[in-house]
Amino acid sequence: MRRKLALSDEILMQVEKPARYIGNEVNSIMKDKTKTDIRFCMCFPDVYEIGMSHLGIQILYSMFNSWEDVWCERVYSPWTDLDRIMRKKQIPLFALESQEPVKIMDFLGITIQYEMCYTNILQILELSQIPLYAKERTQNDPIVIGGGPCSYNPEPIAEFFDLFYIGEGETQYRSLLDTYRQNKAAGGSRQDFLYAASQIPGIYVPSLYEEEYHADGTVKGRKKLYDRAPDTILKEVEMEVSDTFYPLAPVVPFIQVTQDRVVLEIQRGCIRGCRFCQAGQIYRPVRERDVNVLKQYALEMIKNTGYDEISLSSLSSSDYSRLDELLDFLIEECSHKKINISLPSLRIDAFSLDVMSKVQDVKKSSLTFAPEAGSQKLRDIINKGLTEESILEGAALAFAGGWTRVKLYFMLGLPMETEEDIRGIGDLSNKIAAVFFDTVPKDQRTNGRVQIVTSTSFFIPKPFTPFQWAGMCTKEEFIEKAYQTKKGIMEQLNQKSIKYNWHEADLSVLEGVLARGDRKLAKVIEEAYRQGAMFDAWSECFQNEVWLASFKKCNIDPEFYTSRERREDEIFPWDFINCGVTKEFLLREWKKAMEGCVSPNCRSKCQGCGARQFGGGVCFEYEDQN
Amino acid sequence: MKIRIKFAKYGVMKFIGHLDVMRFFQKAVNRAQIDIRYSEGFNPHQVMSFAAPLGVGIESAGEYMDIEVNSMESPQAVKDALNRTMVEGIDIVSVIRLPDHAKNAMASVAAARYRITYKSPEGQITAFPIDTMDAKLAAFYDQPQIPILKKTKKGESVFDLKPGIYEICLEQAEDLFAENPKQKPAFPAISMLVDASSSGNVKPALVLEAFCKFCGVELTPFSCQITRVETYTSLAKEDGERQLVPLDAVGM
Ligand code: SF4
Repeated sequence: MRRKLALSDEILMQVEKPARYIGNEVNSIMKDKTKTDIRFCMCFPDVYEIGMSHLGIQILYSMFNSWEDVWCERVYSPWTDLDRIMRKKQIPLFALESQEPVKIMDFLGITIQYEMCYTNILQILELSQIPLYAKERTQNDPIVIGGGPCSYNPEPIAEFFDLFYIGEGETQYRSLLDTYRQNKAAGGSRQDFLYAASQIPGIYVPSLYEEEYHADGTVKGRKKLYDRAPDTILKEVEMEVSDTFYPLAPVVPFIQVTQDRVVLEIQRGCIRGCRFCQAGQIYRPVRERDVNVLKQYALEMIKNTGYDEISLSSLSSSDYSRLDELLDFLIEECSHKKINISLPSLRIDAFSLDVMSKVQDVKKSSLTFAPEAGSQKLRDIINKGLTEESILEGAALAFAGGWTRVKLYFMLGLPMETEEDIRGIGDLSNKIAAVFFDTVPKDQRTNGRVQIVTSTSFFIPKPFTPFQWAGMCTKEEFIEKAYQTKKGIMEQLNQKSIKYNWHEADLSVLEGVLARGDRKLAKVIEEAYRQGAMFDAWSECFQNEVWLASFKKCNIDPEFYTSRERREDEIFPWDFINCGVTKEFLLREWKKAMEGCVSPNCRSKCQGCGARQFGGGVCFEYEDQN
Repeated sequence: MKIRIKFAKYGVMKFIGHLDVMRFFQKAVNRAQIDIRYSEGFNPHQVMSFAAPLGVGIESAGEYMDIEVNSMESPQAVKDALNRTMVEGIDIVSVIRLPDHAKNAMASVAAARYRITYKSPEGQITAFPIDTMDAKLAAFYDQPQIPILKKTKKGESVFDLKPGIYEICLEQAEDLFAENPKQKPAFPAISMLVDASSSGNVKPALVLEAFCKFCGVELTPFSCQITRVETYTSLAKEDGERQLVPLDAVGM
C-alpha cells in the first residue's frame, strides 16, 4: 500500500520544508501494525533537523524495532508555521512512519535534552490531543515517558509525565514493556500499570509522591502516596557498552540536519570532573567501547547509510585509550572510500594536530580551545585541567602547522569570579595572537593574519554538579560581565585579531530557573506556554516578556531559584535521584572549589565519587591490569 | 564510463526538493556500492549531474542524471543495485551507457512533456471545471501571442509563452505510477510539450495560469497536480529538421 500522509498536499505545499513531516526516509522502519502488540512513539521536542541529529533516539529506535512485538516511530515538534495550521484545523499530531495520530499509541517517549524545550513538550502533548497533566489522562491516552539529561531533575515538569526513565535506555525498557503487556492482558488499569512500573529499577512515577516545602520555599521532603514506591531512584547504566544495541542502520534524513553524518559513540562518561559540567557527573563511570567493535560499526554504518562523513562522539575523545588506533584505521579506510572524518574537539597537542592535518584543510579549519575561565586561579576552582602554558604551546604548534584560526570558549559568572579573571579572557586571547606574530615569520603567514574568535556563555549551576549549591548571576550582572570582557579585549594590543561573541543573558537566566526548579514551576511553564512561549531555545522565538509575566501571574520569584547560594544541608528537589555520584562527594568538591584545590581525574587518582557501585568501567581499570 | 540513469519521482517524494534529491542520490550511489568516479582535488566529489531540476510538488516519470563510473558489471546491474536501495516514490527506470563524447544531461535537455490533472475538493481526480475544454485549449493555443507577466529582479516584464509551447491538448491519461500495472485508472488531463532548455524553459504552472486567465476561471490553489511525463533531447535529422527523443534514447 502506498504511503498516505496525515497532511494534505495543500498544507504541505504551504509550509517550510515539507520533508520534515512525510517520513519515508532511508532506514526508517515500517511494520504491520496488526502484527505488533506495542506501539511506541519516540519524540524529540524540537524541530526535525535538531531531533534527527540526536544519537540517543536512533539507539532506542533501533532497539525497540529489533523487537518483533514493538513498532517504534518518531515525532518532532512541528515548526511554528505548521503548528498554526494544525491548531486551526485541529489536526492531531502524527507519527512520521505510520502517519497515524500519536494519541493512539501505547507510549509517547520524550527525550528532554535541554530545559528550553519544556514549552515544546506541552506543544507536543496539546497537538497530540493528550491532556497536559498526567492526572487528567485516561485509559485511552498513551503513557507519557520522559528521559534524557533533564530527567535528572524532573520536578519542574514532573506533573506532565506519567513516568520518567532515569538513565540509559538499553537496560530496563524491555521489562517496562513486558510489565505493560502483562498489565493489559490481566485487564489492569492505567494506575495498576503505574504502580507496577514504579517497582522497576530506574523508573520514577511522579504521581506517587508529593513534594513538601518549608515556609521559605525550600524543599522539606517528599511524601509517598504509595507504600511500595521507592524512596530513591538509582539511574540505569549499560555496563556492557561493546555488546549492546547500536543503530548500525540509522535513519537517513532527506533534508540536511544538524548532525548529517555517521556518528560513532566511542565511550560514555568522562574522567575529568569539571565542576560546572553536569554530563561529566551523571554519565559516570567512563566506559569505553572496544576498538575492534567500533571499527566494524564504522564500516557497517557507512555502508548502510551512504554518508560521506563520519564523526566520533564522546564527552572527551582525547581520553579514549585507543584513539590513535581507531583514527589510523578510519583515516586509512576513509581515504579510499572518499569519506570525510570530522573530528570532535580534541585536546590540542602534537598528536591531534597531526591527525587533523590529515583529515581537514588546515587553511580553512579552525582550532578550538575551551579554557572556560580566564585565569589559572579560576580554572583551578572549576577543575578545568588546562594550563595557559599548554594552550600557548598548542597554539604555537598549530600556527607552525599552518592553522590561523582559533576559537576560544569561556564562561562568565563562575563562582568566585573576580574582575581579574574576566580581564584574563582578553589577556589570554591576546597572548595567543602574540604567539602567532612571534613564532610565524611574515613570509610564512598563511592567510596573512591570525583570527581569534573568543566566545563567552553564561554559567548556569546545574543539579548533580559540585556547583549545585552556587548562586547564579542576575541578568544585569551577566551583561556587565560581558561588557567588561569586551572592554578587556578592546584594550589588548592585538585586539584587531580578536572577535568577541557572547550569549543572550535572558535565556541563560530562565535556563537557570528551570534547571534547579521544583514542582511549583509547572504552572509557570504552563502559563508561559498558554501565552505563546514555544521554541524558547530559538532566539528568534524566545519571548522573555511572556516568561516574566508568567512568573508574576503565578506569584513565583525566579530569583529564588537562581541568585540564592544554597546552604550545605538544603534538600534539593532532585535529591531523591541517585545518579551514582554521592551528595557527599559533590559537597567535598564544592568545598575544594572554594579552596581553589584541583581534583585529579579518574585515571590519575580515583576520587571515590560513588560511581564504582556500578561495578565496571574506569573505576576498575587498574584492577584489571593487575 | 558515462552512464545515464532515468528515474521516476512520485507520491510523497514530490515534496523533496531538487537539492535534497541530489543529496539522496549521492548517498544512494554509495549504498549501492557503485564504483563512481570522483573529481580531483582536496575535496573530491562524485561526478554526477542532473538534467533538469523539478519543482517541489511536481511528480515525474522522466527524470535523468548522468554519472561517471570507473567500472561496472553492466547497466542492468547498476539499475538493480540502485533499486535495492531506493525509497517509496523513487524508482530507477533505466540505466544506459553513453558514448564518451555525449553531452551531459543538463546541456542535452530540449523539451519536456507535462501533464496536469485536476483534483476535486474531495481529493478525487476529475474533469476540470471548465466546459468545452478541448475547444478552449485549441483557441488558447491559436492566439498569435500568449503574453504573461513575469516577475524579475527589476520588476515585472511581459513574456510571450507561445514560442515555447510546442503542443497542448486535452487527453485521456493513464496513471503513470499506478500500484497495480494491470489496472491503470484513466482520467482527463492537459498534456503539453514545452521548451525545457536552459535558455527558454517554460514552466507548466505558468501555462496553466495563462490558460485559466484566458478562460476566465480561477482554480482553487493546489487543486492541480503537475507531472513531468518525459524529458527530451533534440537530434538533428538528415533533412535538417529536429527530432525530439527521450534522453535515454541516445545510448550506445
Ligand atoms: S569512583 Fe573513582 S574512578 Fe570511578 S568514576 Fe568515581 S572518581 Fe572516577
